[in-house]
Amino acid sequence: MKLEIRDVTKTFQSKNGALTALDAVDLDVQAGEFVCLLGPSGCGKSTLLNVIAGLDAPTRGHARMDGKPIQGTGTDRVMIFQSAALFPWLSVFDNVKFGLNMIGVPKPERQVIARKYLQMVHLAEFEQASVHELSGGMQQRVAIARALALNPDVLLMDEPFGALDAQTRDLLHDELQTIWTETRKTILFVTHNVREAVVLGDRVVVLSARPGRIKKIFTIDLPRPRQIESYAVVDLAREIMAVLKEDVLASTRDADARLLQTLEAQMVGDDVL
Amino acid sequence: MNNLTRKLTFFAALLAVWQALAWSGLWAEYIFPSPLGVVQTLVRGFQNGTYLIGIVTSMQRLVIGFGISASIGILSGLAIGRSKLLDETVGSIALGLQTLPSICWLPFAILWFGMSETAIFFVVIMGALLAITTATEAGVKNTPPLYLRAARNLGAHGWKMYALVIFPAALPEIITGMKLGWSFAWRSLMAAELLYASTSLGLGYLLNMGRELNDMSRVMAVMLVIIAIGLVVDRLIFAPIETRVRARWGLSG
Repeated sequence: MKLEIRDVTKTFQSKNGALTALDAVDLDVQAGEFVCLLGPSGCGKSTLLNVIAGLDAPTRGHARMDGKPIQGTGTDRVMIFQSAALFPWLSVFDNVKFGLNMIGVPKPERQVIARKYLQMVHLAEFEQASVHELSGGMQQRVAIARALALNPDVLLMDEPFGALDAQTRDLLHDELQTIWTETRKTILFVTHNVREAVVLGDRVVVLSARPGRIKKIFTIDLPRPRQIESYAVVDLAREIMAVLKEDVLASTRDADARLLQTLEAQMVGDDVL
Repeated sequence: MNNLTRKLTFFAALLAVWQALAWSGLWAEYIFPSPLGVVQTLVRGFQNGTYLIGIVTSMQRLVIGFGISASIGILSGLAIGRSKLLDETVGSIALGLQTLPSICWLPFAILWFGMSETAIFFVVIMGALLAITTATEAGVKNTPPLYLRAARNLGAHGWKMYALVIFPAALPEIITGMKLGWSFAWRSLMAAELLYASTSLGLGYLLNMGRELNDMSRVMAVMLVIIAIGLVVDRLIFAPIETRVRARWGLSG
């Protein structure tokens, strides 16, 4: 499975006129590769994920998977959001089974698959818990299990650990690296946390402030599992931060960046129903 | 003094003053009955079965009428909430008609259905329908886009999206709407039974009978029954469901 992004450009119409989120982005992602997209707020990195997820269509250019153009959502590409987006009316177990139910996997099989992935995220004993009984980190692990249960080719992760405290985040970095090693999913991981990107990614793609363009791509050649406080990670993060800094400054002065984030969060896809 | 004793003291004092005024003989018993008299009437009414018949008759009308309006209201609310066209057309009618007190449907219902049980049902249904429709519609519109995005991503679409995502996401607001609809239906039923007392046999009929017999203790006894039913349904049925759903959905503090 190979992901090709060609000349992807996205313009939103807002009351302030046209708002360019992405400008001619080209990127290839290999099967099983872990790619981190790094950039300041409102640089369109979430838009890029939306396009790949099929929740949003590019204004120009296209994204392809194995040569086939991406049109609409598909369970071969599953997104994980900053907020776990679990359904509170379902138990943890039913949340993990949700996607399997949607694609018509028979009931007994659903149980087996859901158990397997709840075990993978170390939440087997929380099967019958309701969502509000879980901490933020646990919720996010359920969301990961729910996505993995569909056995997608690509995991799209949109700042999934952004709302968690530092300790929980470190723990989840370890878990995600393990899961990725075990499952060899292709992962696109959006973050604005430079060290996180270095810990997790095979490559770190730095996007510029709005309009989002690829500014520089770093290949992270450090042995795994990586630790966020290791010297190698810190050094590389410093190097990347230097590239990113001016764009972060530009983004904090950009009122439209905030607007763009709101627009990105509203994308549901045209074919919801 | 804690909360409960304060309340109990207040009610005891109220009853004492009431009983004292009744004993003072300032007004005739049929105008100003004593609390003891009211309790006696209440007991008698339950013993000879008239209240039971009244309660069963009224509750039957209410439950059936409310069931119909909840079914129609939820379905139309789901449709209006997701369709811009329906929202602009049917939705605006629902919003407009909601300002009409539902008892105003009685003349309409009598002309269409005559002096019949159907006319009473119609008023009850109209009482709850619009509140449930507009609450469901609001619930659907307020569904967090994140749920839709997540569900879409996990392969949900079509009726499954409605039944397994949009409906449960809107459920807290739907329940609030049903609670409101229930109290509207209850009020309109009482009004309809009162205005339409000759054939109705429900609690409203009993209330009217008390008036015709010039017997205030009957009137007050039936009023107490009506209050009790309202409280029981609200506190013992709707409030606990509402609290549990809101807690589970993570909406309460």
